[in-house]
Amino acid sequence: MSSAAPELAIGSDGLSKRFGRQQVVDGLALAVPVGSVYGFIGPNGSGKTTTIRMLLGLVRPDAGTCTLLGQPMPRGAGSVLPQVGALVEGPAFHPYLSGTANLRRLDAADPTSDASTASSRIAAALDRVGLSAAAGKRYRAYSLGMRQRLGIAAALLHPRDLLVLDEPTNGLDPQGTREVRHLVAELAADGATVFVSSHLLAEVEQLCSHVGVMMTGRLVAQGPLAELQALTARRFRLQTPDPPAAMSILEQIGVTDPMIGAGEVTGTLGELPPESVVAALVAGEVAVQAFTPVTATLEDAFVELTGEGFDVSG
Amino acid sequence: MSAGEATTRTRRPGLGTGRLFGSELLLVFGRRRNQVGLATLLGLVVLIGVALKVSAMRRPPSRGGDLVTAVAGNGIYLGFAGLTIEIALFLPLAVSVLAGDAIAGEANLGTLRYLLIAPVSRLRLLAIKAGALAVGAVIGALVVAAGGVLTGAALFGAGPLVSLSGTQLSVADGLWRLTLAALYVAAGLAALGMIGLFVSTLTEQPIAATVATAMVGTLLWILDAVPQLDWLHPWLLVDRWPAFVDLLREPVFLDRIGIGLMVDAAYAAVFFTLAWLRLRRKDVTS
Repeated sequence: MSSAAPELAIGSDGLSKRFGRQQVVDGLALAVPVGSVYGFIGPNGSGKTTTIRMLLGLVRPDAGTCTLLGQPMPRGAGSVLPQVGALVEGPAFHPYLSGTANLRRLDAADPTSDASTASSRIAAALDRVGLSAAAGKRYRAYSLGMRQRLGIAAALLHPRDLLVLDEPTNGLDPQGTREVRHLVAELAADGATVFVSSHLLAEVEQLCSHVGVMMTGRLVAQGPLAELQALTARRFRLQTPDPPAAMSILEQIGVTDPMIGAGEVTGTLGELPPESVVAALVAGEVAVQAFTPVTATLEDAFVELTGEGFDVSG
Repeated sequence: MSAGEATTRTRRPGLGTGRLFGSELLLVFGRRRNQVGLATLLGLVVLIGVALKVSAMRRPPSRGGDLVTAVAGNGIYLGFAGLTIEIALFLPLAVSVLAGDAIAGEANLGTLRYLLIAPVSRLRLLAIKAGALAVGAVIGALVVAAGGVLTGAALFGAGPLVSLSGTQLSVADGLWRLTLAALYVAAGLAALGMIGLFVSTLTEQPIAATVATAMVGTLLWILDAVPQLDWLHPWLLVDRWPAFVDLLREPVFLDRIGIGLMVDAAYAAVFFTLAWLRLRRKDVTS
């Protein structure tokens, strides 16, 4: 590989795909910085998996280009895919082979794999996802969560520069979900770029440094997580024994939409610094029991961006 | 594990393909269903041997006649008779099962996408699948031939053969010729396997690919049996499959076998190419 490291782990330009009459992916311009944990979010059916399939060379784009680790796909597949570990649309293995035998087969399929280290790498990958105890069991006897873990183990057979994980926590129990989240953080800390698709916004919010939002085949927003959250108005919640008094002061200092609740007032901060609001309230002799700026959730950002809820798009 | 190490791995030419081919053979022959299929091919020969033994005990065998009646005089002939009987349906069916699974089976399980991103290039995958089918054809034909010889020898005894031209062949010569016959049959079966490989790239349902391939095989036999279509016969894949009996002539008569091998090769080349053209551009959405 050349010494000129690519700035983008994944890049695409005008990436489009139509299946029959449906435009599944439409003019996608992804920019996934090297070293980021990129959350690729969108409702079911918004084109995330088709995008991932195009990135990995499984599906041929109708138009547009994409690069993985600086190399054009699908042309560079042979040289770049050994550096990429991927989980695409759930795990898929031979049901009558054991977990170990399945990984051995995938390892044999990678032309860069060293057969002499296969056993130790497979054992390490299984251990990393907590499957060592079930390594010799047939895949068909695995539970949904174990299958998902095996899929992740397959992506970890080698140290990777890029991991593409499509819905990695699907089917996992809360413990498994936490483990996967921990694993992703660990991989990222090791310097790998992680591209993780999800329809669970809260999960992406906890995991990711960058976010891309898909909606009916289009990328409606993309950037660092904080920037996306900042797109939505910042709100606050004030607890006070005297809400009406607080209301009048808040209106004076320019809070546009204060609303009274039971023992509290909520409103939009806008450009106001939170400390100035509190100072004004105290100066106006309103007792402040608690004042909490409420950070917008990704879900708020999503609704703001798309004007829609987070439902299946047709 | 750090990402820095990840970029240094390089391709290991040849080795990788050998390993995956080994894995493929393990997958095909380790599968219970395929082992049962192979046992069935063997069981049929044994069954024929037993049936011949029973009928020979009820009624003394007549002299001369075809290969099947010759078994009663010399068990080694059961190897040839087994090939003759199983070449029409059972061996082609067995190859169809393997071929139907080749690509469609992986697509159906979803393992195709993981092989491709491992990465296995699509041409390499196809070549490995084709190679495994050829091995399957050889093993199928050899099991039938060997099973026939062992069963025949056990039931009827073994001895020097009489060639179709009337001269005597030693046991070793007879077994050598049987081996060649089995390999010749395997070549034809492998060509049918390439038809199946192509069909297997068209669908994600292995059963559908298997049924379609078996139907093609049967259709070829039917066309080959219609006298009005005699102009077509030389072009049919199966037309010269039974020519392996020419190996029992003295001297060995190679004309039909030679042309038969060329027809096999032509079918194999055409359908492997079609499979490649299909898989090369296929969107893998399974």
